[in-house]
Amino acid sequence: MPTTPSFPKLQSELAIMAVFAAAVLTMPLWMAPFGAAYPDLLQKFAIYGIFAIGFNLLFGLTGYLSFGHAAFLGVGSYAAVWSFKLFTMNVLPAVVFGTLVASLFAVLIGFVALRRAGIYFSILTLALAQMSYNMAYSVLTPITNGETGLQLTQNDPRMIDHMFVDRGAGLPSTNLFGLEMSGYPGFYFCAVVLIIAFFISLRIFRSPFGLKLRAIKSNQTRMGYTGFNTRPHLLFAFIISGGFAGLAGSLLAITDPLAGAERMQWTASGEVVLMTILGGAGTLVGPLLGAGLIKYFENIFSAFNDSTLHEIFAFLPDGLESVVVFLVSPFVGEGWHLTLGALFMVIVIFLPGGIMEGLRRLSRLVRRPSAGRADQPQTQEG
Amino acid sequence: MSTQTAPATSAATSAAPAIAHSASGAPLVLNVTDVEKNFGGLKALNNINLQIEEGKTHAIIGPNGAGKSTLLNVCIGRIPPDRGVVEFDGVPLTGMAPHEINQIGVVRVFQTPEIFPDLSLLHNVMIPALSKREGAFRFNPFRSLAREHEIRDDAEHVLADMNLLEKKDLEAGNLSRGDKRRLELAMGLVQRPRLLLLDEPTAGMSRHDTNRTIDLLKRIKERGMTKVIIEHDMHVVFSLADHITVLAQGTIIAEGTPDQVRGNPKVQEAYLGGAHL
Repeated sequence: MPTTPSFPKLQSELAIMAVFAAAVLTMPLWMAPFGAAYPDLLQKFAIYGIFAIGFNLLFGLTGYLSFGHAAFLGVGSYAAVWSFKLFTMNVLPAVVFGTLVASLFAVLIGFVALRRAGIYFSILTLALAQMSYNMAYSVLTPITNGETGLQLTQNDPRMIDHMFVDRGAGLPSTNLFGLEMSGYPGFYFCAVVLIIAFFISLRIFRSPFGLKLRAIKSNQTRMGYTGFNTRPHLLFAFIISGGFAGLAGSLLAITDPLAGAERMQWTASGEVVLMTILGGAGTLVGPLLGAGLIKYFENIFSAFNDSTLHEIFAFLPDGLESVVVFLVSPFVGEGWHLTLGALFMVIVIFLPGGIMEGLRRLSRLVRRPSAGRADQPQTQEG
Repeated sequence: MSTQTAPATSAATSAAPAIAHSASGAPLVLNVTDVEKNFGGLKALNNINLQIEEGKTHAIIGPNGAGKSTLLNVCIGRIPPDRGVVEFDGVPLTGMAPHEINQIGVVRVFQTPEIFPDLSLLHNVMIPALSKREGAFRFNPFRSLAREHEIRDDAEHVLADMNLLEKKDLEAGNLSRGDKRRLELAMGLVQRPRLLLLDEPTAGMSRHDTNRTIDLLKRIKERGMTKVIIEHDMHVVFSLADHITVLAQGTIIAEGTPDQVRGNPKVQEAYLGGAHL
């Protein structure tokens, strides 16, 4: 029977954080062989990593599948852009403001949606998010600027900035106390936020609160008879999760200070569900792997075309090469969704625990080749 | 033992009237007065009066369909009675949420084991221990579980009592049925409840496991916890109970010490000669 590490050593927390920070900060180096080492994409990895980590705190720990998390991403983006417009181009206030506004929004949505569990909760979150999306296009146009999207203009008040400097001729750019947030500085800022977000997630996973959330997932009725009021526990998990999404949304706005309602659409909500399940719901790093994989597919794999394929398969004899390229080409380029869909199906069917379960099985095979069959699911952590 | 009070219930507890006493003078933990419950036309419970004294083990027996489970559900506030009152320590339980009832010190052990199948045994027992310490809700996401030494020691101690300590890191869902029931008992005991309600604690157990459970429950008895046991198995009842209430068709047909009940002709009819077996 599988054993579960009930008490991870405290020192190991430091070690995990050190390894994680090193891995994130050296991403420009080790992503280079994959052709993904440019700041825009690396930044996306970090931002969607945060989104997925936050989603996992709700879905992975409590089992409540929110299908409307993109609403918080969108709210975070809008709030951040408003912070740029009203106060300052400094990204720090924007990020804080975006996170706070999204968290408040999560209080409202959570209060309503958490009255139901299971599929009804998913439907409620989906409906509320779609409602927000449609409202952003219609009645909320004064706040969201409708279809055009919210963007910076020359006439924005920017109260704090204008106390110190005069209006320039062009649009100002986002900065962190003068350091411009484009290119690598932008990535490193997001990377540091990701490391902090991961640390928070790690602490929650290993706290009594996290244990209680996992117990809710395991048997919610029993939690009531154990003396816990599950509703506030769930609401706090939902708020934290929404706050993480808002944080990710505000980070999306720092490189490109405009926000549109399409960020709140249900496809974006679905994407984070895919990321989390692909990587492994309820595990610490799984959602990050899932986010990275999907963003990689979306940006790199989708750029492959026939000539790239011909290069890759150039070692084959001419006739065979054409056949192979013909067979493979529907799966790359614009067909990347097809590959992703197939991959998702394979994982859900054969590795319900996602990539992390795959890695665990592999490591068990390597460590004890004879005991490789004992692959019942473990209590998820790590 | 002090009464555990959650924030939500502290007001109710402090306003509690003086605790009733039984005829013999012992303080009453649970006081059921004139309870009646109908399901459609069926009288599931009729004029039930039950006084459960502090520190006693009280068994409720009766043939199938006698209303034992309904009575237990009324006692924990899960089913509101049509008439009558159920009071715990002078506080009416009607209308309270399950977690509130747990927080004032009433713990129920279910007939089918209710555990957290995805968590380790140790965590299964630590959760009720946390609930005892924290009340119904505490937001502590940055505390480290690894530093909860007291909670952990407490949980390990109770697991050791149940002979489950060597399995503490296993996933609870993988346990045998008997082990699951003992785990659930551990989850109840770690809270040191004032009143423990056991719903057929040995149903479906082998004779060997049954005897082990009886020994265990006897040991708890020595610690002075008040218990109500619903049970089919007469061997279990007569080994444990101080006081027995016999239900048949929703009414109490006999009450008394094990010896009194054993000799009661009405009981013998209900169990042996009656048509309601």
